[in-house]
Amino acid sequence: MKGGEELLTVTKLLRAFGGVLAVSSVDFQVKRGELLGIIGPNGSGKTTLVNLITGFVKPNAGEVRFKGKDITGLPPYRIVGMGIARTFQMVKPFYQLPAFKNLIVPLCSPRIKGLLGGSYGDRDAVALDLLEEVGFERDANVAYKPAGALPQGYLKRLELAKAMALRPELLILDELFSGLSLAEVASIVPIIEKLRFQGKTIIMIEHRLKELFRIADRVMVLNFGMKIAEGKSDEVMADEAVKKAYLGSEAG
Amino acid sequence: MLLGTLVYGFVNSCILALVAMGFNLTFGISGVANFSYGAIYIFSGFTAWIFLNSIGFPYIICVIISIGLSATLGILIYHFVIKRVKGLALSEVMATFGLGLAIMELFRYFDFVGFKYTLPNIVEGSVAIGDVYLDYQRIAVVFIATALTAFIYLFTHHTKTGLAFRAIAQDERTALTFGIDSDRIGALSMGFGSALAATAAIVVLPMGTIAVEGGYDVLLNALAVCIVGGLGSTVGILFASVLIGFAQTFTANYLEPHWMMLVSLIAIAVVLCVKPSGIFGHQKELEERI
Amino acid sequence: MKKRKERIDRGIKVRSEDVFALTSYRELLYLTAPRLLPVFGLLILVPLSPPYWQEIFISTAVYALLAISWDILVSVGLISLGQSLFYGVGSYVAGALNHYCGLPPVLTIPIATVTGAAICTIALLPVLRLRGIYFSMVTLVLPLMILRLVEATRILGGTEGLTGLSPFPNQITAMYLANCCLLVALFGFRRLMDSDYGLIIRGISDNDRSVMSAGINIHWYKTQILFLGGTVGCFAGAFGTHHDMFAGMPGFALDYSIMPIAAAVVGGTGTFAGSLLGAFILVPLSEILRALGALRIVFYGLFLVVFVVGLPEGLFHYIRRKYHQFERWVEVE
Repeated sequence: MKGGEELLTVTKLLRAFGGVLAVSSVDFQVKRGELLGIIGPNGSGKTTLVNLITGFVKPNAGEVRFKGKDITGLPPYRIVGMGIARTFQMVKPFYQLPAFKNLIVPLCSPRIKGLLGGSYGDRDAVALDLLEEVGFERDANVAYKPAGALPQGYLKRLELAKAMALRPELLILDELFSGLSLAEVASIVPIIEKLRFQGKTIIMIEHRLKELFRIADRVMVLNFGMKIAEGKSDEVMADEAVKKAYLGSEAG
Repeated sequence: MLLGTLVYGFVNSCILALVAMGFNLTFGISGVANFSYGAIYIFSGFTAWIFLNSIGFPYIICVIISIGLSATLGILIYHFVIKRVKGLALSEVMATFGLGLAIMELFRYFDFVGFKYTLPNIVEGSVAIGDVYLDYQRIAVVFIATALTAFIYLFTHHTKTGLAFRAIAQDERTALTFGIDSDRIGALSMGFGSALAATAAIVVLPMGTIAVEGGYDVLLNALAVCIVGGLGSTVGILFASVLIGFAQTFTANYLEPHWMMLVSLIAIAVVLCVKPSGIFGHQKELEERI
Repeated sequence: MKKRKERIDRGIKVRSEDVFALTSYRELLYLTAPRLLPVFGLLILVPLSPPYWQEIFISTAVYALLAISWDILVSVGLISLGQSLFYGVGSYVAGALNHYCGLPPVLTIPIATVTGAAICTIALLPVLRLRGIYFSMVTLVLPLMILRLVEATRILGGTEGLTGLSPFPNQITAMYLANCCLLVALFGFRRLMDSDYGLIIRGISDNDRSVMSAGINIHWYKTQILFLGGTVGCFAGAFGTHHDMFAGMPGFALDYSIMPIAAAVVGGTGTFAGSLLGAFILVPLSEILRALGALRIVFYGLFLVVFVVGLPEGLFHYIRRKYHQFERWVEVE
């Protein structure tokens, strides 16, 4: 995986809300096939960073390049069209609809139409296959239940499936594990590992450090909107600034 | 001519600001768009008139009763209508809109139409500025609009209730965890907004007659000012009032009075094309905070 | 001992949801009867009514069209408080084409439907980007301001309006035109909302961010729906103007805004059939209450409040539930 081409390059990205610098001059790169973890205490600007990359928030300064093209400030649907998909920390599915129908919206996107050239067959079948991939047991007919009746673990998987339905080159998972039990996390980790095996590039924002460190190639640490450390999991763990940021935030 | 236009333009701006302030205040605090605003405006006008002419109270008492009743009406609307559909923008808008129409048309039904429905001036007489004659009532409008703006600023920045208002406006959930009762604040915001509408009515209506159409006009003007200035922004409201107020008066004096509405329409069109959320607006398109 | 209401799907519904419905006439009827009812009513019953009521049903159809147009806008999360914008624009475009260019209704109505919708869409385009109540504010303000504009500038006939426009050959033609278009809009929109396209539309009003992150340009979809709703509203205007042989300021007045909303809310939003039902209750009712004059608008306003606050599902949802399910009280510990 090392030495692959740079898929995403973020340069001096900056965004302020009022007087607060949510993300201040952050630089980083992601190589094709890599899994980058982004960690940091609450309010350190992780989600804003995701919003900046995916076009939900416009940066005040800086640049985001994807596959060599400048995508800074493009609207979200254009960015998805280029191959970046994301999940949301707060899952908000369409509660009245059966779970698999939730995937119809991404399957209708121009990106999928473009990739498959109009002949995408039966969307419902594709949706059911995708749900099986993220662990909806087909025999139990979980996919047919209304999304509102599903437990949190399934909702998170549904969120993941929604992003996967877009067949992205870069997948950004925003706190996919938050609010899940250990067992639920353990059952999602293999899905992510499988995605990596298929060569997907992934950025994971996480609070569950233990699980993240196990699967991430590289970890970046944010605090108060600034990058304070970056490197292999064990290097980052040993970093003094990181320890201080985490301990400091716990003490406060 | 120019001096007169400037003076009357300024008065007109103050009237617009007065009229828009209540609507904006309610929205700014509790996020409730009160489409029955115009109805409350004429309600207070007619209430004052009834107490003055049918019962014969002294005018100052009538004014107090009218403002009090309007505030009560606003609070009642909050409790019986808005609270039940809170958070559903669709329902809030339709319910207040429907209620406003019902109130206004009820006045029409009971035949509150005609030239006899006027309120007395607060102060009589006039003064000459250069060769421009300005009656004291219009000076009172300027004075009261300024005083109210200052009052609202001080209130929201320096009193406990006012700060709670701002806390709710910023983040309702966090405010709730600090023990601020959002329903109480919501009701108060409606009460305050309505009291402001009533004050505006008492000050502005003596310059014309109280008419049902006036209610629609007030809502229309308040909305126009809010759209142009940016909903929820006090500075925006003042700025937009001055902009539209002067533009209207200039149009009326140099072109034709009929064209006044065109000014608001053009202002809205231009603002919507250039900055849809209003000049000072920060209405979110999609942004999500950290 | 507490009791709870339990709702159970009727057996016939469970069976007839599937293709097997075709095996029995009873089930076939169960499925088709609700759909045939409006067709039968609009195309056969209404034209058989006495001429005075025919006239009322024509204006009912106009209001129903505006209500359906309102409903489709709501389905994408846009709350219009100014359906009269569509009515007025449609009416003036058709009226002007007929009055100044002498085009017959056969041409003016289609042209007004399409160009009127385009004009309204372009006028409202900037507001589509904003969330919340901005759309409501602007739609409320625009028609009332255009009204003043027409009054002030005396364009398009000023306060007099454009009179003496070409009428329809006879009442039956007018009635069938209106009712057929109503049925097309009703079933067309219902079908549209059941398709994958409709799923996206509902998704946008539910959670626009999630739809955006699915790579879909929500503004483009909103624009399409606005245009669609606009065509229905402008058709209503163009039709109404030729029927009345008059295009004028009342077209932009509040009546055409409040009545459709009241109809859609009383009938129940999101189904289009609810709008139709609501219009067919409220408009004839207001005809019966004609003696009340201004009090009618008071009633619409109050209807709106009562239904929004007290019965938000509306009549149609209630009837549909009764049709598909039966209820019984069961004991719970």
